[in-house]
Amino acid sequence: MMFSRLFENVSRRMLVLLAALLIVLFGAPFFATDYLLTVLILILYFAYIGQAWNIMMGFAGQLSLGHALYVGLGAYTSAALYVHFGIGPWIGLLVAIPIAALAGVFIGYLAFRFKVGGVYFAILTIAVAEFARVGFDHFAWTKGSSGLFLPVAQFTRNDLWLLRGQPVMFYYILLVATVLAFVFCRALLQSRMGYFWLAIREDEEAARSAGIDTFRYKMIAVVISSGMTSFAGVIYAFYYNNLFPEQVFHISRSIEIILGPIVGGVGTLFGPIIGAFLLTGMSETLIAALHAVGLDIPGAKQVFYGICLLLVIMALPDGIWPWLARRLGLSEREK
Amino acid sequence: MNALLRVEGISKRFRGLLAVDRLTFDVPEGGIFAVIGPNGAGKTTLFNMIAGVYKPDNGIITFAGERIEGLAPDQVCQRGIGRTFQIVRPFPALSVEDNVIVGALMRRNDVVDARTHAHEVLRRLDLYDKRTQLASSLTLPDRKRLEVARSLATDPKLLLLDEVMAGLRPTETDRIVSILRELNRESGLTILLIEHVMRAVMALAGRILVLHHGASIAEGVPGDVVRDQAVIDSYLGAEDI
Repeated sequence: MMFSRLFENVSRRMLVLLAALLIVLFGAPFFATDYLLTVLILILYFAYIGQAWNIMMGFAGQLSLGHALYVGLGAYTSAALYVHFGIGPWIGLLVAIPIAALAGVFIGYLAFRFKVGGVYFAILTIAVAEFARVGFDHFAWTKGSSGLFLPVAQFTRNDLWLLRGQPVMFYYILLVATVLAFVFCRALLQSRMGYFWLAIREDEEAARSAGIDTFRYKMIAVVISSGMTSFAGVIYAFYYNNLFPEQVFHISRSIEIILGPIVGGVGTLFGPIIGAFLLTGMSETLIAALHAVGLDIPGAKQVFYGICLLLVIMALPDGIWPWLARRLGLSEREK
Repeated sequence: MNALLRVEGISKRFRGLLAVDRLTFDVPEGGIFAVIGPNGAGKTTLFNMIAGVYKPDNGIITFAGERIEGLAPDQVCQRGIGRTFQIVRPFPALSVEDNVIVGALMRRNDVVDARTHAHEVLRRLDLYDKRTQLASSLTLPDRKRLEVARSLATDPKLLLLDEVMAGLRPTETDRIVSILRELNRESGLTILLIEHVMRAVMALAGRILVLHHGASIAEGVPGDVVRDQAVIDSYLGAEDI
């Protein structure tokens, strides 16, 4: 039903491109060095979250500047359950998703019920994420500001159930997640709800007078986006094995999440992926290159992000994908 | 004929200004009913109360036998009242077709069904050939018809048109007039319109209500209304007749 029209209006050229991309990504670990693999993991991580964020902003037009909240809630929930009760991350995910979604419902209800829109909505999302950061600093059950650690050992085999293993396992998990998120987002865009979201994004009052219950559909966007994002948090926790509120919930984390989709193209399906590749890929290359010539400049990555964002906003205000699609002859609407 | 829409004694006050003052009228089912009057007479406020944007301070609005005053705009639309905006507001970044599909999806769960219905509506409004264009790229006359199309796609029983002819050339006006007349005759669509273009009002309306300072100063068939002395004094001016 929902996925029956996935291939509608998809050109042959696009299919070939997608297939090639998939093959390259699935084969990459066989050729990549350890370092390159960690970069690819980061790229997929940001591509996945960017896709989730895009549902709220790119589809439904609600700007969240606090998505670190959902990452953090997912990470802390699953890690705490594992550390305290030995509950595995997949079961933890089943708890993390509702918790993150509930936080989204809280923000969404406050904002949409009391007509807090635009920048004020964005400020509210920052405020709740900051509130969580300070709150978790003093939350003894998750070890407060001294950090929550997962037991680490030298893993020789990959335990997919407990997510204990080598980077390549995380790579494939994130790759599958990113592909599923992409397909899911396309199905959403093609659905009745997808049309309603775009209408709300374009003109909320006109959407209402076309019979759309805007409160309901905005809430659904927030719930889906926050729930999806919490999965990335679970992966974060089990990949890094340490969690500090100062890092996880920090606003710079939220900003990192949204840069990819903005550079790649807000509201497009390929935007978050291209943005993640470009920003993470190029900034890591830059750092590696600087390192190779003996320069270790703290903050070089942030400066690089700034320059990228500036260039894209000036030259391609709609992001890279709409422009790239035209250049590649794929511009027939990508939905 | 039965009244599809019944407005009984509704008023709306904005701070000190009484925008609509105890207004009462019936819109007969299957009819075309025009509301005219000078700028600031309260016409758009009246529309916004019917469409659910404002809740009237007093009075009752009944649509198809059901009280609707105070409902939200989306609920009013779901009951079967479609509207256009005086200053058109299509969804700019969406194609013409997608704009109308959004409307069509209100009563359809399936996007393919909605697209089929949208195509029918687009053909009726002479926009089918432009369906792949972005709404933002359309000219004003096309955008006005797109606004009507999106609203029509929600399958309303009553269509509220807020100055859809304003700013159009006479040939464009005649085009919309003939489309509206056809819709009214063929599908029995009831139309309530606000209009300044008397040429369109006279060609379409079965009944006219004249508003002045928020109150009704005349109501009746077009021939009588335009000869009414109060209407001539306050709005039309003698030379228009």
